[in-house]
Amino acid sequence: MTMTLTETGVDRYVVEFDHFLRDLAVAGPERIEKLRHTAFERFVELGFPTVRDEQWRFTNVAPIARAELRLDSTPAEVTDKDLAPFDYEGCAQLVVVNGQFVPERSRLEGLPEGVVACGLADALERHPEQIESHLARYARVEEQAFVALNTAFLRDGVFLYVPRNVVVEKPVNIVMVGRPEDRPIGFFPRNLFVAEESSQVTLVEQYVTVGEGSYLCSPVTEVVTGDNAVIDHYKLQRETSEAFHTATFQIQLGRDSNFSSHSISWGGAIVRNDVNAVLEGEGAEATLNGLYMVEGTQLVDNHMRVDHVAPHCDSHELYKGILEGSARAVFSGLIHVHPGAQKTDAKQTNRNLLMSPDALCNSHPQLEIFADDVKCTHGSTVGQLDDTAVFYLRSRGIGEDAARSLLTYAFASDIVDRIKVGSVKRDLEEFLFRRLPKGDIVRQAV
Amino acid sequence: MTMLEIKDLHASAEGMEILKGVDLSINPGEVHAIMGPNGSGKSTLAQVLAGNEVYEVTDGQILYKGQDLLEMAPEERAREGVFMAFQYPVEIPGVSNVYFLKAALNAIRTHRDLDEMDAMDFLTYVREKMKLVKMDEALLNRPVNEGFSGGEKKRNEIFHMAVLDPVLAVLDETDSGLDIDALKVVADGVNTLRNDERAFLVITHYQRLLNYIVPDFVHVLVDGKIVRSGDKELALELEEKGYAWLEREVGASEPVGV
Repeated sequence: MTMTLTETGVDRYVVEFDHFLRDLAVAGPERIEKLRHTAFERFVELGFPTVRDEQWRFTNVAPIARAELRLDSTPAEVTDKDLAPFDYEGCAQLVVVNGQFVPERSRLEGLPEGVVACGLADALERHPEQIESHLARYARVEEQAFVALNTAFLRDGVFLYVPRNVVVEKPVNIVMVGRPEDRPIGFFPRNLFVAEESSQVTLVEQYVTVGEGSYLCSPVTEVVTGDNAVIDHYKLQRETSEAFHTATFQIQLGRDSNFSSHSISWGGAIVRNDVNAVLEGEGAEATLNGLYMVEGTQLVDNHMRVDHVAPHCDSHELYKGILEGSARAVFSGLIHVHPGAQKTDAKQTNRNLLMSPDALCNSHPQLEIFADDVKCTHGSTVGQLDDTAVFYLRSRGIGEDAARSLLTYAFASDIVDRIKVGSVKRDLEEFLFRRLPKGDIVRQAV
Repeated sequence: MTMLEIKDLHASAEGMEILKGVDLSINPGEVHAIMGPNGSGKSTLAQVLAGNEVYEVTDGQILYKGQDLLEMAPEERAREGVFMAFQYPVEIPGVSNVYFLKAALNAIRTHRDLDEMDAMDFLTYVREKMKLVKMDEALLNRPVNEGFSGGEKKRNEIFHMAVLDPVLAVLDETDSGLDIDALKVVADGVNTLRNDERAFLVITHYQRLLNYIVPDFVHVLVDGKIVRSGDKELALELEEKGYAWLEREVGASEPVGV
């Protein structure tokens, strides 16, 4: 056992866990209190994943396991000025710094009556009944080391609750700030979003860095989309290129519900997104789209699992990637159709654009089908810009760099165009214009 | 002064020689038509003029306004006034047709030491050109060629040509696959743009186009060489007799190229 601990870099977490429990202000319901312990035990058993683990074959998290992360960091300060680039006009705002909710920087006025938007620690204390039926009931503690670790260190994050029939007009902008310290730190935001029957809400999660330095941000977000509810979700992973990010996003879909997510990643050194959607009510529809654009030695890994449990459900996945330098991308998409999930309509597409001979992509779409009357398609491509298209643009007087940038933008554009929150779309466009060579010409031409 | 002077041009693709010594001179104001059977090298000639790097020039020379055209990158050629209407225009999702043209025109204007056109001036300018090719305004704001019909794509090429105002316009089988109405629109566009300074090289497989765009010269390309040149009567003769008599006459081997 000791051998295993040392090998997997888990031993020092035992001490950190003791410190964490000692300092924990709000333990929450008894189940949660116990769960932290079982989750920690599970993490110790599992250890950090290695490339021998099928689900982590191409994503080596040894740098995270080796990093001597401090987990007891003191609450850090951020100013409104620090937050200005991420502050979206017309949105409600919740700010979390190093995993802890900061009410002073949050802006919650104008939300409809009955909507709860607060820190998870507050919710553990003030809304235990609303939390109890959902918190830590979906994400797979047993199987996933990072979920186990997050659950062991469960303390704070964001809780959002939208009651039955309530439509939240204002998008809710959640700013998850990493504030590096002089030594690498680790934190584990825990989020719970619940949209009750026939409610509707638009959510933005931005993962950002204020300052410079290395850290691990390892959030777990559980989403409950009630019967006939509609959630439109956006995630912007825009942390510093020194950050490690291992996120689990677990979505439950009720009858006739509609959940849509666009996950945009351009930051981080190692970024892993585990996205699990469970369509458990008849007639549910899930849209899981994503765009990643990485350079240098960045690694981005999107691991998707869609479980079609109930009949007559649709899922659509479109992930697109642009890889520069020696960047690497991993895409793994599993569609699992359970027995009885007849009339499933599932589509999954992953397209990658390699901009450099040193960039590398591993793409693995998979289908597991245990029902006989279903429509499932998947496809993946890895390619380069089309020379004929480049030549076409150059033949109109556009320089080569600008032509390549225009076509790269064109590749990304179907994801960009689907973004319904103006500020998110604008930020993504601005990022592309900045990142792409001769971006000013792209800006002019789109 | 001669605008374009092609001398003994040899070009190949994937190691196979397609153009085997083409000579051609074009003066300002002239319209030249190049006809020929499939695989004779017509499109290759157009692509080489526009600078497609898929084709390797193995011998010969092209002088454009006295400069060595082959030394210039495709975008430099465009900025110097060479335009090629593509046989198969490319779809570019997410990039608006009109803004793209503005970027292209401004790249050309900057090269010619002209001020960039602002949005207002450009729109006025573009509306004028649209009338020329009877373009539907809706196609302006759509992404470049995306979801356009075959005819709309060709019309859009003529529209690009009108906006970019070239010195030498090369039309690569712009008429292929068009119905008569679309064909007339293409021809009208070209005829309106004809003037004493501008030259056209119209590449076509079918004589029909030349009823609407009356060329000053007609050249027949067979097996990578111009085997006969004449005036518009040559096109009519070809229409009557087909290409076979010329192919027999020059003893052409198997057709080559694309």
